[in-house]
Amino acid sequence: MDEANIRASKDIPPAEVADVELYHAKSFWTKYVFSQDAKVIAIQYSGTAAAIGFVALVLSWLMRLQLGFPGLADFITIEAYYQFVTIHGMIMVVYLLTAVFLGGFGNYLIPLMVGARDMVFPYINMLSFWFYFLAVVLLVVSFFVPGGPTGAGWTLYPPQAILSGTPGGSGAGIIMMLLSLIVFIIGFTMGGLNYVVTVLQGRARGMTLMRLPLSVWGIFTASVMALLAFPALLVASVMMLFDRLLGTSFFMPTLIEMGEQLSYGGGSPIMFQHLFWFFGHPEVYIVALPAFGIVSDLLSTHARKTIFGYRMMVWAIIGIGGLSFIVWAHHMYVSGMNPYFGFFFATTTLIIAVPTAIKVYNWVLTLWRGDIHLTIPMLFSLAFIVTFVNGGLTGLFLGNVVVDVPLSDTMFVVAHFHMVMGVAPLMVIFGAIYHWYPNVTGRMLDEAMGKWHFWVTFVGSYLIFFPMHYVGLVGVPRRYPELGDSAFIPDSVQMLNSFISLAAFAVGFAQLLFIYNVITSLRRGKIAEKNPWRATTLEWQTPDMPPTHGNWGDELPVVYRWPYDYSVPGAAEDFIAQNDPGPQPAGETKT
Amino acid sequence: MAIALVLVLVVVGSIVFHIFSPWWWTPIASNWGTIDATLTITFWITGAVFAAVILFLAWCVYRYRHTPGRVAAYQPENKKLEIWLTVVTGIGVAALLAPGLVVWADYVTVPDDAVEIEVVALQWQWNYRLPGADGKLGTVDNRLITFENPLGINPGDKAGLDDLVIEADALHLPIGQPVKMLLRSIDVLHDYYVPEFRAKMDMVPGTVTYFWFTPTRTGTFEVLCAELCGVGHSFMRGEVIIDTEEDFQIWRDEQETFASLSES
Amino acid sequence: MIIVLLFLLVVAVIAGRWLSRQGLMSQPWLEVGVGDITEGRDRTALSGAKLGLFVFLAVVGGFFALLVSGYVMRMGYPDWRNTPMPPLLWVNSALLVMGSVLLHNALLSARKGDRATTRLALAVAGVAAFGFLAGQLVVWQQLTDAGLGLTANPANSFFYMLTGIHGLHIVGGLVAWGRTTLAVFGDHPVEQQVTRIELSALYWHFLLFVWALLMVVMLGWADDLVNMCNQLLR
Repeated sequence: MDEANIRASKDIPPAEVADVELYHAKSFWTKYVFSQDAKVIAIQYSGTAAAIGFVALVLSWLMRLQLGFPGLADFITIEAYYQFVTIHGMIMVVYLLTAVFLGGFGNYLIPLMVGARDMVFPYINMLSFWFYFLAVVLLVVSFFVPGGPTGAGWTLYPPQAILSGTPGGSGAGIIMMLLSLIVFIIGFTMGGLNYVVTVLQGRARGMTLMRLPLSVWGIFTASVMALLAFPALLVASVMMLFDRLLGTSFFMPTLIEMGEQLSYGGGSPIMFQHLFWFFGHPEVYIVALPAFGIVSDLLSTHARKTIFGYRMMVWAIIGIGGLSFIVWAHHMYVSGMNPYFGFFFATTTLIIAVPTAIKVYNWVLTLWRGDIHLTIPMLFSLAFIVTFVNGGLTGLFLGNVVVDVPLSDTMFVVAHFHMVMGVAPLMVIFGAIYHWYPNVTGRMLDEAMGKWHFWVTFVGSYLIFFPMHYVGLVGVPRRYPELGDSAFIPDSVQMLNSFISLAAFAVGFAQLLFIYNVITSLRRGKIAEKNPWRATTLEWQTPDMPPTHGNWGDELPVVYRWPYDYSVPGAAEDFIAQNDPGPQPAGETKT
Repeated sequence: MAIALVLVLVVVGSIVFHIFSPWWWTPIASNWGTIDATLTITFWITGAVFAAVILFLAWCVYRYRHTPGRVAAYQPENKKLEIWLTVVTGIGVAALLAPGLVVWADYVTVPDDAVEIEVVALQWQWNYRLPGADGKLGTVDNRLITFENPLGINPGDKAGLDDLVIEADALHLPIGQPVKMLLRSIDVLHDYYVPEFRAKMDMVPGTVTYFWFTPTRTGTFEVLCAELCGVGHSFMRGEVIIDTEEDFQIWRDEQETFASLSES
Repeated sequence: MIIVLLFLLVVAVIAGRWLSRQGLMSQPWLEVGVGDITEGRDRTALSGAKLGLFVFLAVVGGFFALLVSGYVMRMGYPDWRNTPMPPLLWVNSALLVMGSVLLHNALLSARKGDRATTRLALAVAGVAAFGFLAGQLVVWQQLTDAGLGLTANPANSFFYMLTGIHGLHIVGGLVAWGRTTLAVFGDHPVEQQVTRIELSALYWHFLLFVWALLMVVMLGWADDLVNMCNQLLR
């Protein structure tokens, strides 16, 4: 041990958690249900999110059934259609994507990747999941209250969200929705505290910030952003709940509903939009940044090459995270806010394109001169790049205030955000599941089924959402259950809609295949090697595989290098693990 | 291997679809050709970037796919290349933003000779109010709305008495005359959207929003609501008819004023 | 939204200062090993619990900044009338100050190992907090009696909501206070509870600070400043 190491070990004691009791769960209940093991909580989060995500998938089928073949399914009334739209959007954005990236991947990867035994506050972490679970239950219950769930659109804009002209507006639907969001946010705050503090305090010796895998950088930054952005949704939800239940007028101006004067007066609907998008825009990056981080690691590992421009990648993540708080009003160019804000928000929005483009270049340049293994995680990563670049570029249309004017509130917007924050992050989630499944279960997912899943999902989603932009260009507004009899919409648009619906059904069925694969591979999957992808990061270097509670056995890892030592010239293998001290000068022992 | 081919197909297919598909924006009927121009610029720049990035990606996948014995290059970064790419991206973004902001400045600056016309939206129909002989719109208050006074015009305000009220019927506008559309809603959010005019703006209860345009083509155009406003959203349609000056005067003379409506 | 942006600016400055010491400009692929390279960059000097509290306070701070942002946005409308502030609010504020001072005193005593003083200070601080909550309820009652109920006008709606949410945070603090007090009244040496008492005291100081800002805004002392900002953004 050299002198520096001795000093370091004195100053920085290993992150032993005092209460080792925790790591020996006694009963089934404490081990699997009220578990405080971040890895189990991660599975609970992901499983719940997948279950509610399946509901969202079915809702999207029903919507596409209505849009592609209007009149074919009588039970899809207009009310039902709006309810499907709303709940589908809400589930996908909040209860699926946010929960999977932060609650799922965050919980699983952060402690393992930074070399911690667990989250810093395991008990609060457990509570976080159960709050999330309760939020999901409340959302599901809203389907069964009188009047059904809210049909206000996922943006829940007042005044219509709490009026009787909107499904669930005068019933309990909107109340359940708001309560569910409030519970979700409280639960997320508990989880978010853990993710942030664990990255700050729980890192193993030698794990400096610049040695963090980009996955951790992405999830960490997204967690910080979520902690600051979700309160805006909380404020908006609480105030709307006051308006709905107690008769205050925070968002409610003087208005006449169906010929009748309501007792509201003086409130500002635009204030809700400001609060909503102050959360809503960072939310886009709360989903995107973990995807950025994870895909960087997948690309680097499966191309056996160091990530290109690691420093730029880190700076871009921080820059995007910061900038995303001053662009929110680009969702409101035609909302009737002060039109001069448009200059400011268009400029900030287009500036964000620069760090985002740098990330794209660096992903592609990581592949350049690499040794590209076309594994399923790699395929999904490539699909991510295609869909993300496509969706990001259409963002330049909508972010540029005047170009947004004819396109806003049309199907172009729907196509854009599905491509960029629906399909693209989901590609990463799928790639990541194929990548880390052996780490979680000790078995590989079936490759043949995986290939089918990949091809149908990638090609299918592109066929759904690329042509959809052109439906919007024609001028078809979003949130219309059918095209109606409009002179400016040619009949061929209906044909295109039917085609899109067929593609959507196919993509949906591919997800059933994926779920089947995940379940059956638990038993029948090929037993995984200890580090099947020959990755450098710490989660593959645990003494037990899959890692057990406490992660590291008797001794915490010590980190000697950054996470992207792939194909280092002169090294014995094409990767060097982060906790590998490497060739030691003669006469020294390993620490 | 197949993936490299599919990536190329994605690019080629997207471009072919863009050029040959029959789905394109409606023929313009207002002065906002500049908006279409910025859209076209955006299509060119983003299309070129999309093709370049994905084709390069496809080539990388093909050229550097794993074969026995291949070793990846070791290159943690390349400052020169990164700076160069950042600068080019910056220029591209500026080329998109600059014309956009110039046109936006036009969009928010209403010309002095624009005629004010009020659109009043409610669930789920469009009403209009045109200034009468005095050329001025009277004051309004949502609290005055009754069955007889659907727009809540203030009867105490003389300027409002001669205002023309059009309830749930088509709006006529003269060609070539700039119009400032004052947008008002008496219940929830709506959005006055005529695809051929390109311009649109939300209507927010409690405030009056606006946009302006000059009709450049006579004909009948469909008005749609573009902001979710409840179950009738997709049925909230209307017509706006662009007339010649003479036809417009004839139509205008047939309309009832607020004063005559309240008497009857 | 200007208030919450100012708040975020403060957060960004703190985060930026910390990040600037983390070697973000270093080239990690050239640095192998532990020791000098990683000195001081492994983790911050704070304990996990304390850092957790600071992060939590940042979240709560953002939450209140957003509420006040809403308040300030609404103030710009012509029909706005500030809620008259019942004099009792000053008594309540004094109770809150007292709680903060006492908790700080408890912390100092606990550090010295003075069990009796620690117990006394903690107990009285709790009483003060309950007194504050009771006082707030009386204020609500007084306002309602005076015809200024929740829906009477927008300023009132905000007044009830802001004081209510602040009160809920005090209630949450009382749960932590209860656990700390139970521990201090137990048999273990009082020095073991120093961290707990410190966290409670920090939380209390923070809520006092938030309360002070809320008072400044609701009393209308910030009106001129706010109107100026609203003018600029019109």
